[in-house]
Formats: sequence, C-alpha cells, structure tokens
Amino acid sequence: MTLKLENVSKRFGSTIAIDHLSIEIPEKEMVGFLGGNGAGKTTTFRMILGLLDMTEGAITWNDAPIGYDRSDLIGYLPEERGLYPKQKVWEQLVYLAKLRGMNKRTALTELEGWLQRFDVPEYKNKKVEELSKGNQQKIQFISAVIHKPNLLILDEPFSGLDPINVELMKQAVVDLKNEGTSIVFSSHRMDHVEELCNHLCILHEGKPVVHGKLKDIKRSFGKKKVIVHADFPLEFLKQYAGVRQYKSVMEGCELQIENEAVAEDIFTDLNGKGFVRKFELEEPSLNDIFIEKAGASYE
Amino acid sequence: MNKFGTIMAYTYMTRFKTKSFLISTILSLLFVYAVANVQTIIDVFTSDEAEEIAVLDQSGELFQSLEEKVEGTSDDMDLVAFDGTEEAGKKAVKDEGYSAFVTLSRNSKQLPQAAYYANNITETGQQSVIKQQLQQMKIAVATEQAGIDQATISEIYEPVTFNTMSLDEDAKTSEELNQARGIVYVMLFLLYLSVLIYGNMIATDIATEKSSRVMEILISSASPVTHMFAKIIGTALLGLTQIAAIAGLGYVMLVVKRDELTGGIFDYFGLQNASASVFIYAIVFFVLGYLLYATLAAMLGSLVSRLEDVQQMMLPMTFLVMIAFFIAIFGLGMPESMIVKVSSYIPFFSPMLMFLRVGMLDIPVWEIAISIGILVATIALFAVIGARIYKGGVLMYGPSATFKDFKKAIELSKKE
Repeated sequence: MTLKLENVSKRFGSTIAIDHLSIEIPEKEMVGFLGGNGAGKTTTFRMILGLLDMTEGAITWNDAPIGYDRSDLIGYLPEERGLYPKQKVWEQLVYLAKLRGMNKRTALTELEGWLQRFDVPEYKNKKVEELSKGNQQKIQFISAVIHKPNLLILDEPFSGLDPINVELMKQAVVDLKNEGTSIVFSSHRMDHVEELCNHLCILHEGKPVVHGKLKDIKRSFGKKKVIVHADFPLEFLKQYAGVRQYKSVMEGCELQIENEAVAEDIFTDLNGKGFVRKFELEEPSLNDIFIEKAGASYE
Repeated sequence: MNKFGTIMAYTYMTRFKTKSFLISTILSLLFVYAVANVQTIIDVFTSDEAEEIAVLDQSGELFQSLEEKVEGTSDDMDLVAFDGTEEAGKKAVKDEGYSAFVTLSRNSKQLPQAAYYANNITETGQQSVIKQQLQQMKIAVATEQAGIDQATISEIYEPVTFNTMSLDEDAKTSEELNQARGIVYVMLFLLYLSVLIYGNMIATDIATEKSSRVMEILISSASPVTHMFAKIIGTALLGLTQIAAIAGLGYVMLVVKRDELTGGIFDYFGLQNASASVFIYAIVFFVLGYLLYATLAAMLGSLVSRLEDVQQMMLPMTFLVMIAFFIAIFGLGMPESMIVKVSSYIPFFSPMLMFLRVGMLDIPVWEIAISIGILVATIALFAVIGARIYKGGVLMYGPSATFKDFKKAIELSKKE
C-alpha cells in the first residue's frame, strides 16, 4: 500500500501551487510535511484525496489512482474544524462514519472507545458548538480515524491543543502507526515532525526543497556543529580548514563545520593541548535545515 | 446503506427534527383546518342578534314597505320606527342605542329619499342594503307615476340571454375552463412556494456545510455529484412529507365537511372533475420544475461561503421563479397569448406555463413533448455544470458572493 506522488504539479491559472512534487510514502510509515502558509501542503493533501485534480503527474496508492471507490480506506482531518456546530457529537460522527462505509452499531462502539480514550465520554450527547476548540479537535480527530483507515491524512492535527492534549493525540497517532496505518501529516512545528516522522518533505512555495528519510536528510545536510569546552585558548580553530564559522562562548567555542571529517580532525588536533571538558558533534536540527533550505525562519 | 442513501437520510432527518420545520408544518395544518372551517369561524364572530336601525318616516307611509323589503333580504337588520325629532334620533345613535338612524321622506316629485346617519359610515353593508331597497321602491313609484305597469318593468330588468359556446369541438367549455383554472392555480402556487421554500433550504444547507467546513470531509467520502443530488432528493422528500401532511388533512376535511364545502371553494378549484391526465401532467411538471430549480439552488449554495450571503446569491433565482409565476397568473386569463406560448418552451418558465396550457387548452402532444424534452435537457445540463461548479465551489472560501465566482469555481474544478 505505497502512496506515490509522481511529478505532481498544480497550477491555479498562472499561479503555481505545487511544482513537480515526487514523493513515495511506504506502507505503515509516517511522513511529515513541513512548510509555511501557502507552501502547498493543503493543496497536496486535497490532490491526494481527489478533491482537486492535478495539472500534471500522477498520484497512486497501491499502484492505482485514488477514487471514491476507496474513500472508505482513507481518513482525513482537515486544517480547519469541519463539524456541524449544531449537531450532537454522536449523531454527526455516526453519519461521517457511515459515509466511510461503517454501520451504525460499530460506529457507536468505536466512538465510545475513542471518547473513553480521550477521557471525554460525557461529550457524546453534547453539541459541537458547546465544546472548547481543543475538545472539538479531539472529536475531529475521532471522525478521521473512527473507521480504521489504512491511509490517514492529518492537516495540522495538533493546532489549538494544550501540551497535555498534544501528548494524548501524539500517542494516538503513534499507536495508529504501529497498528499499520500509513500516516501523512503536516505541521508548522518542527519538533512534532522530528519526533514522530521517519520521512519528511519540506515544501517551500510549492517546491519540495527536501524530502526523504529524516536520518538521511540530516546526514546529507553536511552542516554540522561542534561544541568545544576546554581550559586552553581555542582561537586557532578560527583559521582551521573546514571551519565555516567560529563563535566564542563563555567556556569555549561553537563551530560550524563543513562535514563530519572536519570534526574528526579537530578532535585529533585537540589531543595533547590540554584538558577538554566537552567535545560534542551536534546533529543539525530540523529547524536549521528548514531555515537553510526554505530561507525563512519558523516559530 | 450506500452513500447516496446515507446523505439523503441525514438531510431528511436533520431537517425533519428542527423546530422550524415542525412549526411551519403545524402552522400550515392549522391554516388548512381554518380554511375548512371558515363558515363555522365566521359564525362564531358574528353575533346572532340583529342590529337595530331607527327609521324616522317623515312621509308616514314608506316605513312599512321598506321594513318588509329590508328584513326580507337580511337577517341581521331590524328596522324600528322612530318616534321623535331628527336630533333625538342622531343622539340615540351616538349613545349606541341604535346602530344607525335613517330619515325617510318624499321629495318634490313624490319620490322617496333618505338620509343615513351612523357613528361609522365605513361599513357599507347596512347602507347598501337600505339604499338598494329604497332604489327599488323609487323605481316602483316612478314607473307607476309614468303609467308603466309592473310586468313591463320586470321584463326590462330581466337579464339578457347570453350563452358562450366554443365552435372548436376539442376546446374546453367555459365551465371546464373555470375548473381547469382552479387546478392550474393550485399547482402554480404549490410549485412557486415549494421552489422558494425548499430551494432556499437546499442552498442554506449547503452553505452551512461549507461554512462549517464539514463539506471537505463529506466530499472526501462521497463524490460532490452524489452529495448534491442526495441533498436535492432528501429535501424533496422532506417537502413531500410536508405537502402530504397538508394534503392529507385537506382530504380528511373534505370528506368530513363535504356538504359544507362542495359548491364553495372546492368547486371553485375544480378539483372534483379534473381529468386524470391533468393530474399526471401536474406531477410531471412539478417534479421537473422542482429538479431544475433545486439544481440551480444547490449550485448557488455551493458558491457562498457564509450563511449571510445565501439570500443575496439566491436573489436571481427568486426573480426567475417570480417572473414565471407572474406570467402564469397573467396567462390564467389569456392562456392563448403569445407570451404564454413562448414562455412554455423556456426552461425556467415552462414547468408553470406548459402546465397552464395543458390544463386550460388542448395542446397537441408533440408540443408538450418538446417542452418536456427541453426541460429535461436543461436539467441534465445544469446537473453537469452544477456538479463542476459544486466541486470547485465547495472548496472556495472568500468573502465575495458574485457571479465572477462561477468562473472561479469552474476553474478550480479543472485540471488547470
């Protein structure tokens, strides 16, 4: 059940919303889409769901295009809250579950299970408009997963939630992944993506600037940081081959280096010069990668 | 249950359970009940006691014959001879002793004349009865003075013999025409109301789903076309429920009050003798008319993103229905006029106007077939365009609700 986007482009008139996006999402994996507003995340999701037709390219899931015949296997949590404000929670969730091919009884059992899990069983008979934004988000999440989809698309699932509920929801997402659901989700928050996803795709103005496995991306990013705390002067590292940037700090220095080999050289050269309190080779954070690739700072 | 059925049932049930639906249905039922009992209600509000009218007869001989004549025509009036001055009579009326005060006298030519005093002369009922009867007395006196005998007078006043007959054997007789007019009127009114009420309901429903963004989930589960038509049919079933409840009560009332109503409203609307084919045409044109306008309403509803804009967006459609209705009302009097004929082929007008022609005239079947054909083709066309617009429209969020959005919506549903 691999989801494949091949050379997908989308134009709205003369605006290019998505520019040649190719990404492969293996079964039972979680893929994070990162990007600012207007980067094309929602447009990509809408194309995967078939709500929008792509201008070029192909999207296939398990080697066939996604049509309404398979919509029962897909779960979708849109960015904005999409619930009937004046309907009771159970009524609309049963309705939405029926539209995904469930029958009423199983839908109710599942719903009760989920409400229990989110610790809000009393919401079953409440109207959505009576709930807080965070709790509406829980209901929205249940509506996306109640039918046990094979492919789950979450557009900004953690927005508007307090830290406790973010943890609750994250755990639910991880559990779903472990149960075998392929998950695609988007976020503004680097830390969420870094924590949850083994694959990621950074979109910038419609262009996929980085995509692949998180580990590979970090490794191939090259730019690394070395932190050295020592009892002797470290100024000689300013001119050291492969050091791009030198920053002096209280107990030593922080260096931006070209690649891992430089770090090894430095480590060898430091030997014998005195006592080294700390030597650390830091992996680049997703934030660093994002700023470098998308040229914009985030949160 | 399949998705079409699920959406349809949900549309039906959520509307059915609303207070507004319940209230409007109950009000309509009360209205039907009231119309059926109109005679009883009028009786309740009219007092049985006759109103007393004081008459001061200055001639001394006119009162008796006027009293006989007036009381012969109206049960509610009681003429009483008044003994006293004119001033006293007026005062008695002011003090509410009598409902009116009349002075009778003869003029110089010995013809009867009268003056009518009442606190309120806006109610014309009593005045006109007295005036009419006095007029007859005056004619009788005047003709007698002229030496013409009563037999001649009655001959003069006898209504002229005037029979209307159509020479075209197929044409409807004037009696049939009156009956047809009744049923056509009922159908026109029903279609007019249904299209406005249920069309608005569809547009509002869709706009609600759009503004609450639940639409995005709905159309990721079921195709926009399925969704659109399930909404249209679901709302149609809701309308049928309402109409059936009203018609059902109407039928019961008819059976119960048969004697009271036959010859009255019932007869006027020609429901007794209308032929089966007219009923079938009524249903066909009603269904087609509803589908056409409902598709249009769904399309318009998918273009707005805020509930407040629904009315504005629906305005052009409301105008179309109103124009059709007004042409039809005009056509009731002149079903053969050119404007009616032409309009009966124009899709938005044809459900009302072709039915009007079918009901009131004898139209060759091929003309009806062409009109229905055009109508069905238009519905199909609107369904196709509507589905495109719907697909793009439901994803379109913006403050404006103009017709530029049509283009935008189609563009959004296209590949490029």
